[in-house]
Amino acid sequence: MGRIVLDQVSKTFGEVEVIPPLDLTIEDGEFAVFVGPSGCGKSTLLRMIAGLEDLTSGNIAIDGADVTEVPPSKRGLAMVFQSYALYPHMTVRKNIGFPLRMEKMDQAEIDKRVEAAAQSLNLNDYLDRKPGQLSGGQRQRVAIGRAIVRDPSAFLFDEPLSNLDAALRVGMRLEISEMHERMQTTMIYVTHDQVEAMTMADKIVVLQAGVIEQVGSPLDLYHAPKNVFVAGFIGSPKMNIFSGPEAEKFGAHTVGIRPEHTDVSMTEGTWKGTVGVAEHLGSDTFVHVHDTGLADMVTIRITGDIAVKHGDTIYLTPQVDRIHKFDAQGLRIE
Amino acid sequence: MAIVAQSSKFSTYGRPVLAWAVGLLFFFPIFWMVLTSFKTDADAVKPEHLIFFTPTLENYLNMTENYDYWRFARNSVISAVFATVFTLVVSVPAAYAMAFNPSRATKDVLMWMLSTKMLPAAAVLYPMIFLAKGIGLYDTHILIITVLSLINLPIAIWMLFTYFKEIPKDIIEAGKMDGVNTWGEIKEILVPLAWGGIASTALLVFIFCWNEAYWTVRLTTIDAATLSKLIEGNRAPEGLFFGRLSAVSTAAVGPIVVLGWFCQKQLVQGLTFGAVK
Repeated sequence: MGRIVLDQVSKTFGEVEVIPPLDLTIEDGEFAVFVGPSGCGKSTLLRMIAGLEDLTSGNIAIDGADVTEVPPSKRGLAMVFQSYALYPHMTVRKNIGFPLRMEKMDQAEIDKRVEAAAQSLNLNDYLDRKPGQLSGGQRQRVAIGRAIVRDPSAFLFDEPLSNLDAALRVGMRLEISEMHERMQTTMIYVTHDQVEAMTMADKIVVLQAGVIEQVGSPLDLYHAPKNVFVAGFIGSPKMNIFSGPEAEKFGAHTVGIRPEHTDVSMTEGTWKGTVGVAEHLGSDTFVHVHDTGLADMVTIRITGDIAVKHGDTIYLTPQVDRIHKFDAQGLRIE
Repeated sequence: MAIVAQSSKFSTYGRPVLAWAVGLLFFFPIFWMVLTSFKTDADAVKPEHLIFFTPTLENYLNMTENYDYWRFARNSVISAVFATVFTLVVSVPAAYAMAFNPSRATKDVLMWMLSTKMLPAAAVLYPMIFLAKGIGLYDTHILIITVLSLINLPIAIWMLFTYFKEIPKDIIEAGKMDGVNTWGEIKEILVPLAWGGIASTALLVFIFCWNEAYWTVRLTTIDAATLSKLIEGNRAPEGLFFGRLSAVSTAAVGPIVVLGWFCQKQLVQGLTFGAVK
């Protein structure tokens, strides 16, 4: 079990209000991702749930029990840190078994659990090594092993993949997702990478300046962003957003259209522009178009077999039913 | 290119020569002291016996037989060991608290502690003597251990604070998540990780305690007198007995030099490598 409820939780550092009072519920078994630009308070929020940071006001409840004043280790949560935070003086075996040893668990039981955790993370061959002798990916596995061995009611991940190289990151992302499918334990995952958020989450919490901008499933956020910030933050390449006379033609102050929702033609269309850079990925091509009169640059995603090159004139036509409209406050107009 | 060639020439020949020169310069007084300790008091002041002389153990025999060297040595060991232990027992938790749970006052506290080192010891000499005599602790181990601990606490806390600061906060927080209490954090995580730093702090404090002379000479007469007092005692009204003085000094610094020699390897090792990233 691991239902986590934040009730009017806020955090102030000195004079600075990092997180104004907010409410949030994470259901049992849910994979929730806190995403937002750096400094948006997502890590602070996670650390408050962990108990590593005091609350300025509000309450946190886990499975109905108020844990606001409960120390971190008594909350039944396990955390994986960005820096892995392994104990460098202990072997992998000792590292993974450490929380159990602190619980004064029977040594035979500790050994059994450590073996099982190591098995599931492919760490068996490394149990007697020290963290310094492991690669980044292996260290991250050990950190995860140390978390799962406790059988916590929820896992907290603080940007766990940002120290890994790109290839490894994709692999670990998948492993964590599979781990969630298998264990069905609540997970809260903090990242600044919206791709990680989209690929892993059941529920994404988009934060900006300590304020929750939107909570929803990845596809909710993709299809119906509540405001301009979420529209621009979720999706890769970023949504093209523009205001002005062209936007007013659609009856909105600001209009957003995703790169993949624009049709292109070399002969005719709604907007005319010049191709700047064309990034060929093989399956897709990202075309950066200038001089459209909409924004400095408009990014279009087309299938890889359409050939375009720098300097070509190109015509763009938005798929009208997929246009996102926002009012002067930046809020979505349905 | 010329600059590169020059600098590499310097690092090949110049640096070792410079290092040896500085090393020998620093070593010379010790060498001189050891050499003189094997001369008679008469030979010690004669220029013709500067290098060539008939070595004698007379000074050492005199020191152990007439001056009760071993009692002073025992007192030095007792005061230095207990003062070092006491200093660490107080400074490790203090530095831990300031390194990992700093408050707004932490910087000021650190500065304040350092400022106590700026006070001239002579300024509190008489108050200290009256106080010691008043509470009946003059010339006792307790007094010497307390004084040695107190004068070394600021430097110990500063050193440990610096070492502890090197330990990633994440590791301590991981410990908190893993169910470690404050004492456990110190015992299971902090001490093993900062072992090199703690050992070098301990050694330094021990050396300071061992060599401390200002207070040990003035706050003791016989019962708690350390080797410093023995050295000082060889300053007789008739003049300086260089041979004897050198023997006593050699016997006083000998143990600490040997200790430092054995510990030097452990001192330079830190254990945090590989913890993060």
